[in-house]
Amino acid sequence: MKALVTVMPKTGVLDPQGKAIGHALAGLGFAGVGEVRAGKVIELELAETDPAKARAAAEEMARKLLANTVIESFSVSLA
Amino acid sequence: MKAAIILFPGINRERDMALALARVTGRKPQMLWHRDTALPAGLDLVVLPGGFSYGDYLRCGAMAAQSPIMQAVKAHAARGGHVLGVCNGFQMLTEAGLLPGALLRNASLRFLSMDCQMKVERADTAFTNRFQRGQVFRATMAHGDGNYFADDATLDRLEGEGLVALRYATPQGEVTAAANRNGSARSIAGVLSPNLRVLGLMPHPENQVDPLIDGTDGLPLFESLAENFAAA
Repeated sequence: MKALVTVMPKTGVLDPQGKAIGHALAGLGFAGVGEVRAGKVIELELAETDPAKARAAAEEMARKLLANTVIESFSVSLA
Repeated sequence: MKAAIILFPGINRERDMALALARVTGRKPQMLWHRDTALPAGLDLVVLPGGFSYGDYLRCGAMAAQSPIMQAVKAHAARGGHVLGVCNGFQMLTEAGLLPGALLRNASLRFLSMDCQMKVERADTAFTNRFQRGQVFRATMAHGDGNYFADDATLDRLEGEGLVALRYATPQGEVTAAANRNGSARSIAGVLSPNLRVLGLMPHPENQVDPLIDGTDGLPLFESLAENFAAA
């Protein structure tokens, strides 16, 4: 089972990378783009076959390592 | 003073740190490997040096914070032992939960390799005794992720409890936005643990310890430590 952990800068945490991407998009002529925020996705191949357990395991991994919850929030989706 | 420096793959400032420590203690610090699981007995100071441990993978200091030796470093801190983290070492301390907050990408998005000035906010710690409160000293910064962040409640607590050790300032000691090159919250350059025995800072005081090489602005920090542990 695959788990996708999406890690994003928390609301209120400065995201200069997202800002720079936003500026670059405006420079390319893309209009109507509001705030841009950049995060990362971590794909995990899990041996676990039970979705609830797989999700719980991925969330535990995110809390302990994949995300720094001082500055980042995370969400887990299974595939 | 019995000091040890922890070596991680990808760090590059351990030799300067060793020279700075040897200069004030007259003996070389021990070098320990990240895979070691115990610290030598009777250690006074553990130093986490600067560099780019594990290639800054995932987040700066995140991998180092999970390495085997860090359990021993945490136990050392829990026993009231002293820990100094500089640059990447500061990032490791926040990732390991030994200091609050986190270091974000510099607000300018640029890697900053330049001198900065820091104002001493606490001169009554083992790290800063040889400075005067309010004294400004020069150090070199060399980091891409030195933008100190913590939520407002944490920042208020740090200020209320006097745990801000150092702030970016002008040479005259004014804390201004222009002097805060990496965009750190409240211009914070260095943070202390509640027992004042863990210090993390982004700039490199070990760069300025030799009169022949760029002056001795950073030397008081190491002299403070040596003095504090003179009997040891």
